[in-house]
Amino acid sequence: MRQHIRFYVGDTLHHLSDLPPDLTLLDWLREQQGRTGTKEGCNEGDCGACTVLVGRLEQGRVVWCAVNACIQLVWMLDGAQLLTVEDLRGANGQLHPVQQAMVDEHGSQCGFCTPGFVMSMVALSTQVDLAALEGTLDEERIINEALAGNLCRCTGYAPIVRAMKKAATYCASNGEPIRARMQEFITRLHHLQDGATVELRSPAGRVTLPASTDALAAAYAQDPAAVMVAGGTDVGLWITKRLRQLPHIIAVRSVQELHQIETRPDGALWIGAAVTYTQAMPFLVSHLPAAADALRRIGSTQVRNAATVCGNIGNGSPIGDGPPIFIAAGAELHLRCAQERRVIPLEAFFLAYGKQDIRPGEFIEGVCIPPQAPGSVWGVYKVSKRFDQDISAVLGAFRLVMAEDGTIQEACLAYGGMAGIPCRAKKAEAALLGQKRTQATLRAAQAAVKEDFTPLSDMRASAWYRTTVAANLLARLFDPDARHAPSGAPTLQNWQELAHG
Amino acid sequence: MVDPHRTAGHQTPAQPDLAGTQPASVQQGGEPAVVGGASSSLRHESAHLHVAGGARYVDDMPLPAGAVHVALGLSSKAHARIKHMGLDAVAAYPGVICVLTAKDIPGHNQISPVGAGDEPLLAEDEVFFCGQPLFAVVAQTRHAARHAAVLAQVEYEDLPAVLTVEQARAQGSALVCRSLEMTRGNAQQALAQAPCKLAGQLVVGGQEHFYLEGQAALAWPGEDGEMRVCSSTQHPTETQHMVAHVLDRPNNLVTVEVRRMGGGFGGKETQANIVACLAALAATHTGRPAKLRLDRDDDMLVTGKRHDFVIDYSVGFDKQGQVLGVDMELAARCGWSADLSGPVTDRAMFHADNAYYYPDVRLRSMPLRTNTQSNTAFRGFGGPQGAAAAERIMEEIAFATGLDPLDVRLRNVYGTTERNVTPYHMTVEDSIAGEVMTQLAEDCDYRKRREQIRAFNRTSPHMRRGIALTPVKFGISFTATHFNQAGALVHVYTDGSVQVNHGGTEMGQGLHTKMVQIAMREFGLPQDRVRITATTTGKVPNTSATAASSGADLNGMAVLAAVRTIKDRLVAFAATHWQVPPEQVRFTAAGVGVGEALVPFATLVNAAYMARVSLSSTGFYKTPKISWDAATGRGRPFYYFAYGAACAEVAVDLLTGENRIERVDILHDAGQSLNPDIDIGQIEGGFVQGAGWLTMEELFWDAAGRLRTHAPSTYKIPACSDRPRIFNVRLLQNAPNREDTIFRSKAVGEPPFVHGLAVLHGISDALASLDEYRTCPRLNAPATPEQILRVAERLRQHGGVKDEQA
Repeated sequence: MRQHIRFYVGDTLHHLSDLPPDLTLLDWLREQQGRTGTKEGCNEGDCGACTVLVGRLEQGRVVWCAVNACIQLVWMLDGAQLLTVEDLRGANGQLHPVQQAMVDEHGSQCGFCTPGFVMSMVALSTQVDLAALEGTLDEERIINEALAGNLCRCTGYAPIVRAMKKAATYCASNGEPIRARMQEFITRLHHLQDGATVELRSPAGRVTLPASTDALAAAYAQDPAAVMVAGGTDVGLWITKRLRQLPHIIAVRSVQELHQIETRPDGALWIGAAVTYTQAMPFLVSHLPAAADALRRIGSTQVRNAATVCGNIGNGSPIGDGPPIFIAAGAELHLRCAQERRVIPLEAFFLAYGKQDIRPGEFIEGVCIPPQAPGSVWGVYKVSKRFDQDISAVLGAFRLVMAEDGTIQEACLAYGGMAGIPCRAKKAEAALLGQKRTQATLRAAQAAVKEDFTPLSDMRASAWYRTTVAANLLARLFDPDARHAPSGAPTLQNWQELAHG
Repeated sequence: MVDPHRTAGHQTPAQPDLAGTQPASVQQGGEPAVVGGASSSLRHESAHLHVAGGARYVDDMPLPAGAVHVALGLSSKAHARIKHMGLDAVAAYPGVICVLTAKDIPGHNQISPVGAGDEPLLAEDEVFFCGQPLFAVVAQTRHAARHAAVLAQVEYEDLPAVLTVEQARAQGSALVCRSLEMTRGNAQQALAQAPCKLAGQLVVGGQEHFYLEGQAALAWPGEDGEMRVCSSTQHPTETQHMVAHVLDRPNNLVTVEVRRMGGGFGGKETQANIVACLAALAATHTGRPAKLRLDRDDDMLVTGKRHDFVIDYSVGFDKQGQVLGVDMELAARCGWSADLSGPVTDRAMFHADNAYYYPDVRLRSMPLRTNTQSNTAFRGFGGPQGAAAAERIMEEIAFATGLDPLDVRLRNVYGTTERNVTPYHMTVEDSIAGEVMTQLAEDCDYRKRREQIRAFNRTSPHMRRGIALTPVKFGISFTATHFNQAGALVHVYTDGSVQVNHGGTEMGQGLHTKMVQIAMREFGLPQDRVRITATTTGKVPNTSATAASSGADLNGMAVLAAVRTIKDRLVAFAATHWQVPPEQVRFTAAGVGVGEALVPFATLVNAAYMARVSLSSTGFYKTPKISWDAATGRGRPFYYFAYGAACAEVAVDLLTGENRIERVDILHDAGQSLNPDIDIGQIEGGFVQGAGWLTMEELFWDAAGRLRTHAPSTYKIPACSDRPRIFNVRLLQNAPNREDTIFRSKAVGEPPFVHGLAVLHGISDALASLDEYRTCPRLNAPATPEQILRVAERLRQHGGVKDEQA
């Protein structure tokens, strides 16, 4: 058992042992390392001013992820390579192409959000050859997605996007400096992978980073009061905003087995507890194509790089976007307590607001999404005040199975934001079963869905709005304009494509 | 002709000879102008630092040894008497040094910026809003201070709270300051006699500044009562005065310094004082440097925001859409104290005409006191709210007459020789709003696109499009005339490098860059020879806030005055020294022309130093021509107006109310721009901020008066994908300011914010399609998806305005 963590910041290897469980990466960087280029804007992972780059070995390569340092805990960096804005200059002091483009294009005004933007832009430039997409809608979408987690109050984003495109063009012909150092990073990170369980102790508490599922199960069974942390995008806020003390944290993402994501022989998709949304995204998009647009709007790039799919389920939030989608897909949740395992339908996991079907010491091992029957008709719609990186007022995830004769054979209408838990609109489903997809059926289902829910009014939306939208979204399932499946129904997400062709 | 190189027979400067190495660009008066000098584009003076993490903000400064940290305890009640403040647990928390309350303030517990005496720094026996600072915890670490602060046990006795404009009006709540009335002609008579008239109400929401850098200050106690404060403030002089006032010391013991802010937008004009004063208070009590940086949630709970308004209007007009009379009452939620609500509500009225002539008019403000955060300056300073009312009136008339709203706007725009007097009796001498609108409409094909959009809407069940073109005319000057002054201090060192100081502050708007550019242009020096320094009350005293878009106008002229004073001395010296007529001494990019010879600037400077010529000067400027008398509602409060127009095309999903800005075209008047790239950046950013205010940014207080949108997780400012899909911004060409401003430029900070109105009206246009464009949708702001869906439902069900509160 190792009793310290090891990671690189720039070219310096750090060994840390006496580490409070709740010390955030941002505070450590700014207060203990004097790296003040990384800024605190909100301390809750929403503004992106604290964005840093974390590189990890994945299948023999280094994968760079932009994450919010304010809700990363330092111990999460074990085995990683961290780069902050101070690490981007080249050997002879020249700016990274992204930095230079930001200067040239007036991408900074007050400059406070700028380091965070630069890091997100550098992350993108290590991942995608944007220049190959020049002038396409994909280029726009990819940039918007990469920058959705960085707020700027000065520029209106236009010059930042110009800078991103300019940097991409430069990198296309001259190479991206961090990618150019790939072999060096691979070598140094290889040396840090020892597969050991790590236990950190400090006067403020301890952190257990188990190396195996068995070790995790044992540790949690022994101390069910411990807090399980996967990506920390929720628990981070307990620390930074609710000022909670966490005397014992058990990490999920140190367990290699839980990083498993695969399509099984029967066509089901398995997502282990440690798999982030970013890692799951290609699998989810291919498994549930209709959900792609909504999935891309979960959190921001930084949040999806840290947050796990199972964490999104495990925290039991009524406004998490993943659960309604997975409920509509008929997902099953795999739970484990010590050596005992059980499997439950995902929708059964959510009992009431803040209450889930989970026992002390029990944890999620993974979620399994069955293959979707041919002929399934899907529609997944997220509605929020702001398009990107906002919590849903309503999320509707709908799946119909049509019979040969055009009647609705199976209906699953799952909603988020409509009740204390993510749940199905059972009356509306009943109104659809056995009916044809006609406007009369739609009206019956819309009337029924208003019976299904009595949502709350809060700062995101009133009960009236939620109910009205919950009903209106069903219209998209019946939209005569939908050229193919309802996912082709016009929404503002596919509007650009519609308007332009 | 003498050869200056030979006759200057002393001290060869160590600097390399700059002559001939400087690239020349624009020819000005036959001389090569400096690349990047004023009136040409130059990158932001700190851009290379911003992108590399090297730009230091208050929180980034290396902490002095022994520094302590401050956190605040806040009221959890909107209005209550404090029965008991239990602070034992706070004081006992490990690492806590002391807990400071109102009783610990050595001077005055009062920071009203207008001397209203209604704003205690720390609450005494009563709290007036939820979020009001009660006490300050001083601890060894910020972590300890924050954790300790939440342990307070405060017992309250609830008092009735007034939260909204409606409640304040219904309960006859007090005003925070006097109401202002502006009248010209006889509005009542004009309304009575008008062939058409209508009345309505516009509700326009507030806005959180959401500067990315929160409020922060670091205070160092010095010897003999001195206090140095590094503050993220837009108004160092006022911060200085407030710290002195709270500590009961003369102003000369307090020095306030600000290198840069991470955004301000008005939110650090007065609100920075709270944090600076509390940091200084902690420093005084501990004798140690003290830092207070608010957590984002606390920042949003404590500080004031843009005023939300309820504006009731009556308008009389003729069938051709011409306004005959306007009567308006502008009621604002001001919050618990006066702060700047007086001048803010005044400016709402100054812009309640936007770009339009009202023949007979009466405007009244109603600055209402409420138990909410004390609303404050925010880019536009009430002007955008007033302009929103003017645009609603134009829209109402368009629907009532069936005219294109653009035609109604053009019909009512200010003339230059007639129909050119404002409600405050100022003659508009420079009106170009009509020309700007007309040119923009042609450039962006407004009329054809409008027809196409209407055709599209006829066949699209759920997705609707809309388009609108709105103007802005924005008055430039502080309406409090005495603020229209500025100072600068310029030093030339013997190596020929220059240091520029002035009273303005840098918050991202590029003010420091422009000031550098002025010195570059005048001295013929490249950017790396001109250094701007932190703004400090020790160098330039008695300054005005960097606000009212006036930063470059005022400080630019002051810098110019200082530079010219030094230049005059150098010219006189050179003329004598090298025996040439003074008019033959010229400062060019290639060096100083002395007769037919070129002298490197450094050579001249060093020679002047040896001859005991002063190389340092202050500069001072006060805006000419302006005056304003609030008592009579008359005067010329503005030196000039800045103009522009925006055309926005939007798409609205009628199933959900979601919306998106598809295309925006802006034509904006920056006069002869000091820096076109920076000005375009101000316009792009101002537009998006304005559009955010009018669409997604919603402040939500619960029934107990608690602000529930107090972090970016709940309060949504525009993100990257919210910028317009197509975004064309151009500066009006060949349009130098008619007034003698700094190199004939115009102020550009606030005016572009108003362009956001085109989005609100574009959405409104899309909604109007539901009713075949018969009914004015009366879309209020913010036009959130919910607000849009409500209006859509109303238009579908009633096709009219009867149910406007739906």
